[in-house]
Amino acid sequence: MELFIDQVLNGINVGVIYASVALALVLIYRTTGLLNFAQGELALFSTFITYWIAVEQDVPIWAALLLSFAVSFIGGALIERILIRPVEGAHSPLNVVIVTLGLFLAVNALAQLIFIKPGQEALRMPGFFPSGDLALGIRNSTAGFAAVLVAECVLLYLLLQKTKLGLSLRGVASNPESSRLVGINTGTMLMVGWALAAGIGAIAGSLAATRGSGFDTSLMQQILVYSFAAAALGGFDSPLGAVVGGLVVGIADSLTIQYVDALDGIELVVPFVLILVVLLVRPNGLFGRTIVERV
Amino acid sequence: MSAPLLRLHDVTAGYGPVTVLHGLDLEVAEGEVAVILGANGAGKTTTLRAILGMLDKVKGDISFDGSSINKKATQAIARSGIALVPQGRGTFGDLSVDDNLRLGAIARKDKGIGADLDRWYDMFPRLKERRDQAAGSMSGGEQQMLAIARALMSRPRLLLLDEPSLGLAPLITKDLFERLGEINRTEGLTMLVVEQNASLALAIAQRGYVLETGNIVASGEASALAADEDVRKAYLGF
Amino acid sequence: MAQPVAAGAETAIGTADPGGSTGIPWLRVVAGVIATVVALWLPFNYNPDTNTLFAQVFYLAIAAMGLNLLTGFNGQVSIGHGAFFGVGAFTSAILVVDHGWMIEATIPIAAILAAALGVVIGFPALRVKGLYLALITLGLAVLFPRVTAKFVEGPGGVPLLQPSRSEVASYFPDVLDDDQYRYFLCLAIMVLLFVAASNLMRSRAGRSMIAVRDQEVAASTVGVNVAGVKVASFALSAAYAGVAGSLSVLVDRVADASNPLIYFQRSIEFLIAVVIGGAATITGPLLGAAFLVFIRKRFEDTEALAPALLGGSLMVVIYVLPDGLVGGYRRIVARLRRRTVATPPGAGGSSGGGPGGGSGGGGTTPPILERSPGDPGGETPAGSPGDAPQRT
Repeated sequence: MELFIDQVLNGINVGVIYASVALALVLIYRTTGLLNFAQGELALFSTFITYWIAVEQDVPIWAALLLSFAVSFIGGALIERILIRPVEGAHSPLNVVIVTLGLFLAVNALAQLIFIKPGQEALRMPGFFPSGDLALGIRNSTAGFAAVLVAECVLLYLLLQKTKLGLSLRGVASNPESSRLVGINTGTMLMVGWALAAGIGAIAGSLAATRGSGFDTSLMQQILVYSFAAAALGGFDSPLGAVVGGLVVGIADSLTIQYVDALDGIELVVPFVLILVVLLVRPNGLFGRTIVERV
Repeated sequence: MSAPLLRLHDVTAGYGPVTVLHGLDLEVAEGEVAVILGANGAGKTTTLRAILGMLDKVKGDISFDGSSINKKATQAIARSGIALVPQGRGTFGDLSVDDNLRLGAIARKDKGIGADLDRWYDMFPRLKERRDQAAGSMSGGEQQMLAIARALMSRPRLLLLDEPSLGLAPLITKDLFERLGEINRTEGLTMLVVEQNASLALAIAQRGYVLETGNIVASGEASALAADEDVRKAYLGF
Repeated sequence: MAQPVAAGAETAIGTADPGGSTGIPWLRVVAGVIATVVALWLPFNYNPDTNTLFAQVFYLAIAAMGLNLLTGFNGQVSIGHGAFFGVGAFTSAILVVDHGWMIEATIPIAAILAAALGVVIGFPALRVKGLYLALITLGLAVLFPRVTAKFVEGPGGVPLLQPSRSEVASYFPDVLDDDQYRYFLCLAIMVLLFVAASNLMRSRAGRSMIAVRDQEVAASTVGVNVAGVKVASFALSAAYAGVAGSLSVLVDRVADASNPLIYFQRSIEFLIAVVIGGAATITGPLLGAAFLVFIRKRFEDTEALAPALLGGSLMVVIYVLPDGLVGGYRRIVARLRRRTVATPPGAGGSSGGGPGGGSGGGGTTPPILERSPGDPGGETPAGSPGDAPQRT
């Protein structure tokens, strides 16, 4: 039983990362209607920025995260405006795939070129939380990660539900044409959507980098697959679904590793099958709205 | 007569390679209700979309309140005081009625938004009952009310309505036009209405235009238009 | 029954290439002859390393053509073709290492197994489209090396098979030097498969593939078996990738699943070759594969510089050359032609498939049969299925 609880806690620890990246994917899907295959790599780049500020510039880690969030926020907005805008509205899945995969390759390679010195293997991100247990066998980092996720959700909820900016964002996600008719600059909202997603990605990546002994440019690639599974499970347009989906996928993965020997080494089957089944059986996910064809 | 609030001069517009409007001239004076009549495909909806800058290629001049709006983006035109209730209503289906109305006022900076909300809830009590319900779950008539109330929330100087009676039961349509007439009388709000139901629309209008294949073929005072035997037979069907 | 749509598709294909056979067929013939001579002369006058590079271009071009059949011509986006390539590579590697097969004999087996996996993925693709299909195929590419690692154990417990030179045995051991043989085998199979693809796309089946891409509903109403066409496209496309993977064992003597992302990276490579060369064209994948190998070779000393450039060019090409190198070439030719010849090209549809069919020797012949996605302008008559005017 204790082992079981340990594995669930472990699942929550990693599930928080999946939930955050899924949240970023959902924000972009809601505003621009596209799946961002480069989301993980953008988060990777942000993670290197956090690392560079914290370690090379010797800034406290939380301040470094805040700065990294800000830089990523601006970067996300610029990427949307410059690279993504031309393929939006074309409704060509091939073009979206090409641009986001091009971004995937380029950003990953740039991170390698800029941040990794020749001969360097893995980098060590300073911890955000002191090591050790909080209580009842719950690690500080697990509790801390969960607190970060809760804070993210609360802030995002307040932004979306209680501010004019949030109302505009929701309006654009719901009906872009009507949004323009009430005077909303939809282009700006798409930039804000990407900016928020990049910022959340920065947090997710920086947290993820503290798991394990070190990180390199492959940090986010497996996480991205799990996060897509989380977003698919929750529904690509549901922030709540992303969070629930992320935690479910994280716990399921953790329990699979512990209890299903047949899947030893191929735990990735779990998110893959999840994506497949959800898309085939219930494309809107658990929390997604039903897409109604408009007249 | 003072300068018109809205003036279209020699407007040519369409979609891609298809030209729908061929040199259209049209005016709406401040405070009046003007109505555009015509058969399906005559270019009525295209005219409204051209005014709001929703078409790619528009030639000619469209001016609002004396300044040209041809080159402006849709959201800028909306912010300058033109509200469109699009055909098929264009509500934010998965957002609540309350959110829909607040989105109508999203461009406003003044403090009167809450008061306006109460005011239109009083005028459309059905909306008040359903203020927390998703807009898409309401009936067609209720959504039409919502779309109009949302447009009014922006405090427009000019309200454009595209086939407000579409898909509504006759009694509801009649009620709707009575309310539109009332809003025009009490608020002095200028309206341009596209409508197939000619008799109802002409009843609240001061001016009428008849559109056929992208050209105005008849225009004049609404009462005169309704009385003109030739126009009635050929275009209005009553 | 499929006549109306099919006829329209034919028109769209034929007339999209006014610079082709309508004007100066002798130019095409001369180009074909030169390409053939150069292709035959090359391997005897370059060093083995260069010949190996060319062989890599050829097998990459085959894989890219496979992806092109699916994504370019049939409209189903896949970023999982690395997995089909991997199936081919491991099939051949296992057969030559563990069972002593001749390398040539493993190629059809690789094609069949890859096609079988293609069918498996093709069925969910009937219900899941567009970006979601891309997501599923992404999962396939990431999953493949892990599953392989579970069932394949190379020396040292690593899922990495490196057949020795003697293990990769050939039916024709002494005719040519190793590198020359690899070059010619890859070239021959590539030419064979490119001609086959070219002929396919001019056949009724090929027109059905295009019709499904452009107007799925319309295609089904005129009797095209949409589900059958889609699954068959997936299988055929996967088979091409499988053949490429098999040839990669001959050329590189390695089948590797030790890096969990290697086949995802392969998938992106194929996509690069298709997009930069020109989607839905016949010569595009070859040009794209050549570009890819050139960039990789040119910047091999600086790690990560090549992927940065490739990723960048992938994005740039969408904005600058949306129909790839072939499309760009075709537009330039069309512009020159319009300037010099005042009369518009005439009955393109009927003559488009004529003399071009027999060539393809060196693989560098001008485009035979192409249709650029996203370039409705110019020569294509309105009303063809690819260019239906947007509804308002």
